[in-house]
Amino acid sequence: MQLKLNNISFAYENTMVIKNVNCFFEQGFFYSIIGPNGSGKTTLLDLISGFLRLSAGEITINNKNILSFAKKELSKKISIVSQDYSINFPFRVEEVVMMGRHPYIARFSHPDANDIQKVESALAACEIKHLRKRKINELSGGEKQRCVFARALCQDTPILLLDEAFSSMDINHTLQILRILKQSIKDKNKMIITVFHDLNLASSWADKLLVLKKGEIKAFGNSQKILSEQIIKAVFNVNAIVEYNELIESKQVYYPTN
Amino acid sequence: MIFFSLLLLSMILISLSMGYIHIPVKDIFLILYGKSGLDPDILNSVNQTWPAVMFDVRLPRILTAAAVGGALAISGSLFQGILLNPLADPYTLGVSAGAAFGASIAILLNLSAAYVSVPLFAFIGACATLIAVIFLSYSSKNTIAGLSSTNLILSGIIVGAILSAGISFFKFIANEQVAVIIFWLMGSFASKTWLDFLVVTIFLSGGFLISIFYARDLNLISLGAKSASSLGVDLKKTFVILLVTGSLLAAVCVSVSGIIGFVGLLVPHMVRLMTGPDNRKLIPLSMLAGALLLLFADTITRAVLPYEIPIGILTALTGGPLFCWIFKKNRFK
Repeated sequence: MQLKLNNISFAYENTMVIKNVNCFFEQGFFYSIIGPNGSGKTTLLDLISGFLRLSAGEITINNKNILSFAKKELSKKISIVSQDYSINFPFRVEEVVMMGRHPYIARFSHPDANDIQKVESALAACEIKHLRKRKINELSGGEKQRCVFARALCQDTPILLLDEAFSSMDINHTLQILRILKQSIKDKNKMIITVFHDLNLASSWADKLLVLKKGEIKAFGNSQKILSEQIIKAVFNVNAIVEYNELIESKQVYYPTN
Repeated sequence: MIFFSLLLLSMILISLSMGYIHIPVKDIFLILYGKSGLDPDILNSVNQTWPAVMFDVRLPRILTAAAVGGALAISGSLFQGILLNPLADPYTLGVSAGAAFGASIAILLNLSAAYVSVPLFAFIGACATLIAVIFLSYSSKNTIAGLSSTNLILSGIIVGAILSAGISFFKFIANEQVAVIIFWLMGSFASKTWLDFLVVTIFLSGGFLISIFYARDLNLISLGAKSASSLGVDLKKTFVILLVTGSLLAAVCVSVSGIIGFVGLLVPHMVRLMTGPDNRKLIPLSMLAGALLLLFADTITRAVLPYEIPIGILTALTGGPLFCWIFKKNRFK
């Protein structure tokens, strides 16, 4: 499965947020979008998921415009974990995770054995089995994020978009989710696109980096090639030291204090 | 659900037997049996005025009260679900103010001589308000952001405030009719007819089917717009359909029986404590509980209290403190 962005642009009212972006994503890779605040990272994911409508250009999956897919059909191809994980009503954790199966369950019918099994394995993978009967709005931020991630995992789509899905998680759970993602790329040939703020995590986990600034692509390619002191200076306007760390076999970024 | 249906059925029977003329429950069954045509002779064995009291006076009123209660409760659940706000109720978007405005015009112009015009004007007023509110918050550029709960609630408040001022003005210039306007606003089920019941039931059935059809999408909407959209919910369509359904239910209720507060706010809350937030259970159960509650309140004002007080006052006076208690208790749990 190939995801292609053909010269896409998007504007909120009169401000251009995404400008003539061209790139394509393939299955079996872990992509990470990095860039400063307001560079259009979330907007890019919202455009891919079909939540926002393009102002110009087209997005295709296997050369088929995503607008031509029915909503249900698209929801079996792309799932998203959004930045906003607040849930307004006191649903139980297992109910929230089961909602990930919605695209596969016909209206008025009940989840079948396969749906239940998918929910069980997602609960187990995200280590939230003990929270299953708890109300979602009583959990901590990190716990909620794990539930929302489990829901997206249940949706079992070839393309998974994660918008700062780890922002409230502790390092232990962050790594665990990242391991799940890596494993799913290996086993199920998934395509993962994440938005990261932590450049070191992005460098060590993502195969490819997409660097975004003011809605334009500044660099796109192999993580280890892309990450450099120059690009960090150019995009984030900070001085950084980039070194290759042999133990984890990836580049790491350090920030001098003076 | 079965429990609530049985409760509602027995409440209807009890309510039928209560009133100025007491009819024993046993005789209600006899009359029902006789009226069904199986054994007309049986009607001769009971008091001759009772069938008339039952069928022409009490039953239409009782059934209308129950149907309005059910419709208000469904409307409340829908609004709380769409606006993602547990404090929303059927009147949040100003539908009640619109209906009251329409009714005031009709009363002021003395159109009430032509029987149907007050409810009709109220209904038109409510629909016009809904259109105004949706128009105010709608933006063709960004539909989903435009119909956000903040925008809708704000538009509802603005339109409602304008209409309230208009109603006050009508009261000011109404002279002797001011009492009629005020009395209408407070709500009542007195002298409701089979036609009232029929109209409410048509809307209630339609509204119920639509809400049940979209109940699962309403659940997903509580995950947030982006997540719901990625799970295959057509946000714009679902939003508009449920908004219109909830508003029409509220509009028809207000037109038939005036402004009855707290049923739409309170019932979904109480039911949610029992069923959890799943709208597939919440909506049908809210409907039954709403019917039960409003019928209970109407029976009290009709048959228990020495004077019939407007039902809007009764529900707010009893529902208000109850709501305060639930609100306080839940916040500190």
